[in-house]
Amino acid sequence: MSKTASSKETKEKKETAPTGIGGGSIRDALLVPTLAVITGLIIGGIVMLVSGSNPIQAYGALFAGSFGSPSAILSGLQAYFATGDNTLLIKSIYPFTESLVTATPYIFAGLAAAIGFRAGLFNIGAEGQFFIGALCSAFIGYSIKDLPMIIHLPLALLGGALGGAIWGMIPGYLKARFGAHEVVNTIMMNWIAFRLSDWLLKGPMQASNFRPVTPNVFASAELPRFFEAPLRFNLGFFLALLAAYLVYWFLFKTTLGFEVRSVGANPDAAKYAGMNIIKNFVLVMSLSGALAGLAGTAQVLGVDHWVGQGFSAGYGFDAIALALLGKSHPVGVVLSALLFGFLRSGATNMQSVAGIPIDIISIIQGLVIVFIAAPAIIRWFYRIKSLKIDEQTVLTRGWGK
Amino acid sequence: MKKLYFVSALLIIASMVLTACGGGTPATEAPVATEPAMVYKVGMVTDLGGIDDKSFNATAYAGVQQAIDELGVSGKYLESTQQSDYAKNIQQFVDEDTNLIVTVGFLLGVDTAVAAKANPETKFAIVDYSYPDCFGEGFVEGQTCGSASELPNVLGLTFDIDQAGFLAGYAAAASSKTGKVATWGGINIPPVTSFMVGFEYGVNYYNTQKGANVEVLGWDTAASDGSFIGNFESLDDGRSITESLVQEGADVVMPVAGPAGLGGAAYCKETASCWVVGVDTDWTVSASEYSDVVLTSVLKNMNVAVFETAKSIVDGTFAGGVYSGTLANNGVGLAPVAGASDELKAELETIKAGIIDGSIATNP
Repeated sequence: MSKTASSKETKEKKETAPTGIGGGSIRDALLVPTLAVITGLIIGGIVMLVSGSNPIQAYGALFAGSFGSPSAILSGLQAYFATGDNTLLIKSIYPFTESLVTATPYIFAGLAAAIGFRAGLFNIGAEGQFFIGALCSAFIGYSIKDLPMIIHLPLALLGGALGGAIWGMIPGYLKARFGAHEVVNTIMMNWIAFRLSDWLLKGPMQASNFRPVTPNVFASAELPRFFEAPLRFNLGFFLALLAAYLVYWFLFKTTLGFEVRSVGANPDAAKYAGMNIIKNFVLVMSLSGALAGLAGTAQVLGVDHWVGQGFSAGYGFDAIALALLGKSHPVGVVLSALLFGFLRSGATNMQSVAGIPIDIISIIQGLVIVFIAAPAIIRWFYRIKSLKIDEQTVLTRGWGK
Repeated sequence: MKKLYFVSALLIIASMVLTACGGGTPATEAPVATEPAMVYKVGMVTDLGGIDDKSFNATAYAGVQQAIDELGVSGKYLESTQQSDYAKNIQQFVDEDTNLIVTVGFLLGVDTAVAAKANPETKFAIVDYSYPDCFGEGFVEGQTCGSASELPNVLGLTFDIDQAGFLAGYAAAASSKTGKVATWGGINIPPVTSFMVGFEYGVNYYNTQKGANVEVLGWDTAASDGSFIGNFESLDDGRSITESLVQEGADVVMPVAGPAGLGGAAYCKETASCWVVGVDTDWTVSASEYSDVVLTSVLKNMNVAVFETAKSIVDGTFAGGVYSGTLANNGVGLAPVAGASDELKAELETIKAGIIDGSIATNP
C-alpha cells in the first residue's frame, strides 16, 4: 500500500483502530494473504488426498523440513551445553537455515519486481537479469586472483548488481525513449540472456574440463558462511534484508522515491508536476535489474560458487508472484519470500519422507497467487466484507506511455 | 461480524499449525520403525530433467526399481529443480542414513564429490560421469582430484557408448538408399561425441567390408567437430538441423541431443524422408509416436548399471572407481533394427562379437 493510501485509510478508521501504520490497516493487509495461504494449503491437501497421499503426514514432513523438529533442536542444545559438541545442534538447525538460504534469492528478486510495480513497470526480465548478475559476479569471483576479501567480495557483488542493472536499463531506456513496451523488451532480453549464458558456459567462461559450467569462485569472493558444512547459511540473507530496508527507505523516505511512486500512480499528473518520466523509467528499471542481478549474485557467491546450465529455478518469474503477494511493499515481499523459501525448502523432506512429488509445492504457490490476485474469491469464501478503501496497488499502466 | 470471521480464521490457522506439528512426529518416526529389518536404502537424486524425462533419470530409476523388486531394497528419488538442490537432496539422503546414493549426470559431479568426502561411510554412484574431478571445493588439480583412491566410496558409471554407436552406424549405412547418413549433437562434449565417433567408425567399417562409399554428414572424428545446436532443449533447432542434413542427401539421422532430438524425429515423420536413430533409450518405446520412423536406438542401459551397483551394496562387494558399461556386460546395446534382413542381423551379431573380443576398434 502506498503511503498516501495508508494514511488516508488510517484517518478514516480512526474510531476503530489506533493511529499510525499499525492497527486496522495491518490486519486488513494481512488478512487476505493469510487466508489465501491457508486456503492454498487446504486445497493442496485435497489434491494430495485425491492422489492417494496422506496430507497430514505430508504437511508434517513439510513443517519438519522447513523449520526442523523442535525436539531435535532442544536435544541438540542440551548436547552442546553439556559436552560442547555441536554436531547434533548443527544437524537440528540445518532445515531452518536451509529455508533461509532458499528465501534469500526470493527476497532480492521479489524486491526487483516490487520496485518496478511501484513505478507502474512490469519487469518480466528478472530471470534474465538474474542470470547476467550471476555470470558477472562469477566471472569477477574466479578470474581475479589473490585479492583480499574486503575488496574481492564487494567487487563481485557490485559486478553482479551492475550486470543486472545494465540488463534492466536497456528495456527501461527503450520504453522511455521510444515508447517500446517493457514487457516485450524484458522478455526479449531474457532470451538474449539465456542464449548468451549458454554460449558463455560452453565458451569463454567454461571450466577446464568438458562440462558447461564456470570454474569455482575464489574463497575471497564467497559470501561468508556462519556454520560449518553442510550448513549453507551465509551473509547473503542479511544482505537481502538490508536491501529490503534500503528499498523501503528509497521508496518512502526520499524525494526520488516519491517521484517514482507518483509516476507509477499517475504518469500524466507526475509529468504535469514537472517530474522527469524518462529519468524515472530508466532509474527504476536499472534498480530493478540490479536487485534481480543481486539475487543471482547472492546465489553464486553464497550457495553454489559456480554457475551451470539450469542455474535458476525460475526466480525471476516467481518474483512477480512475490511482489503481488507482498503488495509491492518491501516488508510484504520479505514475508512472502520467506513463505516461498520455507515451502520450497521443506518440500525436499516432504518429497522424501511422504513421497509427495515436489510439484505439489508449485500447485500450492499457484493457488496462493490466484487467491491474492483475485481477493474476491477469498472474501466471498470467508464472507469478509470488502474494505471501504480500494486496497489494490497499482501494478502496471498497460500499453503506451 | 467481521471480528467473528477474523477469530474463526485465526482458529483455522491454529488448527492447521497444530496438525502440522502433530503430523511431524509420526512422519519422522516412520522410517525408524522399519530399521530393525536392515533393509538397504537406495536414494537417487535426479538432475534438472526430472524423474519422468523418459531419458537419463527415468532409465536410471528403472534400475532402482528393479533393485526394489528383486533385491528387496527400499528405494526412492528426489527431484532437483535447480543447481542448489543437488547438495540439499544429497544431504537429505545422507541424513536418512541411505546406504547408496545415486546421482544422475555430470552436473552433480562437484556436490557428489564433496558429500562423498564428508561422508566416507555412505556409498555413492554417479551416472555418466567418472572422477578424477578437479573442479570441486578443495580439490587441487593433479593432487587430490577425487580419484578412486581419494574417493573410495564413489563409483562412476560410464558407458562405452561408441561400441553401440558403431553397430548403429553399420546398420544405418546398410539401410541408407542415398549413400549418405548423418548425425548431429547437442553440445560438443565427450558424452555426446562418443556416440558420433562410434557411428562414424561403424559406417567406415561398412564401407571397407562391402566396398561401399557411404558418407557421414555432421561429424568428423579427425577434426573432432561437426553439427551441434548448442543446447539439449530446443525441438525447433533439432528440426531445422535435421532438415538441412536431409536436404544434403542424408536419409538416416542420429540426433544426440536428448529431448531436442525429437524435433528431428518429428521432421522425419512428417516428411517421411528419413529414418531416425534414437539414443539413450529405445525410442520405439519412449517416443512411441515416432516409432514408424525409428530405425533403431543406441541404448545406454543406465538401469543395468544402477542395478548392478545396488546389487554390489547388498552383496557387500561394492568398490569405488569406474564402472564401464559395454556390449559385453549389456551396459550398452542396440535396439532391434527396423526392417533388418536376416543377413544384416547376422552381420551385427558378428560385429558385436568382434567388438567384445577387441578385434574391431570403435574409436581412435
